[in-house]
Amino acid sequence: MNKSKIIVPKYGTEKLKKGFAKMQKGGVVMDVTNAEQARIAEDSGAVAVMALERVPADIRAHGGVARMADPHIIEKIIDSVSIPVMAKARIGHFAEAQALEAIGVDMIDESEVLTPADPFYHIDKRKFTIPFVCGCRNLGEAVRRIWEGAAMIRTKGEAGTGNIIEAIRHQRMVTTMIKRIEKMKNDEIQKLSQDYCKSYVNSVEVLTGKKVNDKTIVFENYNYFTVKNDIFKILKDIKEVYHRMPVVNFAAGGIATPADAAIMMQLGSDGVFVGSGIFKSANPSKRAKAIVEAVANYNKPDVIAEISKNLGDAMTGIEIENIPKEQLLQERGW
Amino acid sequence: MVNKILIGIVGVQGAISEHINSMKNALYKLNIKGDIIVIKDSFQIDEIDALIIPGGESTTISNILQKSGLYNEIFKKIKEKNLPIMGTCAGCVLLASELVEDIKEIKLLYAMNMKVKRNAYGGQRESFECDIDIKGFKKQYNAIFIRAPIIQKVWGDCEIIAKFEDDIIMARQGKFLALSFHPELTDDIRIQKYFIDMI
Repeated sequence: MNKSKIIVPKYGTEKLKKGFAKMQKGGVVMDVTNAEQARIAEDSGAVAVMALERVPADIRAHGGVARMADPHIIEKIIDSVSIPVMAKARIGHFAEAQALEAIGVDMIDESEVLTPADPFYHIDKRKFTIPFVCGCRNLGEAVRRIWEGAAMIRTKGEAGTGNIIEAIRHQRMVTTMIKRIEKMKNDEIQKLSQDYCKSYVNSVEVLTGKKVNDKTIVFENYNYFTVKNDIFKILKDIKEVYHRMPVVNFAAGGIATPADAAIMMQLGSDGVFVGSGIFKSANPSKRAKAIVEAVANYNKPDVIAEISKNLGDAMTGIEIENIPKEQLLQERGW
Repeated sequence: MVNKILIGIVGVQGAISEHINSMKNALYKLNIKGDIIVIKDSFQIDEIDALIIPGGESTTISNILQKSGLYNEIFKKIKEKNLPIMGTCAGCVLLASELVEDIKEIKLLYAMNMKVKRNAYGGQRESFECDIDIKGFKKQYNAIFIRAPIIQKVWGDCEIIAKFEDDIIMARQGKFLALSFHPELTDDIRIQKYFIDMI
């Protein structure tokens, strides 16, 4: 034993951020708006709760600008449960994220469910000690968020609808693209990484009115060449090392029943977020427990059938076609 | 030790694939014949030579262990004291006989004479990695603590294996091994070897 060596703990490393996400696998993260709901979620077997002022269905109905929840409400939720507490910040709103880190939430969801704050950029998530989860509709969005430092990805789905179709669409978009990458040659992957950088390039060209070259700074202090190259490396790793999303990947946005959770798990999700689906249903506690069990037993149809019995009414769903395009939450993010 | 060892990992929630990969890597490097399987049903417990209870959320894992019937089966094996069990993080919590703060969502396995404090360092912001000394290890070990518990005290024949500052973070009692950190998140296979040697 070397007693003279000074012990220096390291905080906020990539291993710790991604490690936290790994501990959530096979679990259900539930949206809650107060301490009482948080306790019901913990008692039902949730791996974590997402602290919000309103669940997505109410955000949709209420309209107006949706922001980070009142820190006082979040703190009360933190004090009432022993499982991790996550909270949402607006896309690009790093000051909301800093405030959430300051009150000690365990993970930040940079979320399209809230009204976006920055029309050009997402948050540089590497600057934080606590990990982030971000939404995606396709692999391009996922890879940009991972490059920006997200430790976990979730499909966006269409939050607050109780309609699973968009979550399935996004999960299939991601897995199909990963299969395509596995067959791509280096030059094709290079071309794809360039495509995936387009939103950074567009933002800078709008802001500066100038064409971007390799040396142009396109995000924080990273130049275009670096971003392109890093995204190429992430795609190469997907092809050669991971053969799947390189970080933990949950499903979100429309999960309302145990079977919804089971299908997302069978399609390759590592776990699920349930937003309005629980506390907008007739019997939240019973439904919450059933969804937890469904995620643990997603490939046992007899269990899914049994736990789906007599749950009472699920939340009333919305047809995606009946939502005006400008009110689709999944369109938010760049 | 048997000819070919079969290690089971409780497969209800948490870092399951990480334990599988790191244990497979360890078996390969140590040139030991063996395999690791995911345990989801109680009948599987009889087939294995050793068991891992992984990290995740102890409340969730405990909840599903009880519902699936796995709790009773594992509890029976613990009473027989023959099946080697390693619990990491949430697994360490479940192996305890007492918790500092009792919580109705967790049903302990009473495997080891230890009292455990959950989330002892705070939330994720306070999670850390650090080089620690472990009894019997020549070099320090990079341990990863994620919302980690600590073993507040041990008694009887439960032995302290490692401490971080004043906190007990690894203990052994006969066939049972408890760690408050995550050996499945590093490439270092010494903890896996330590456990395999207990089989």
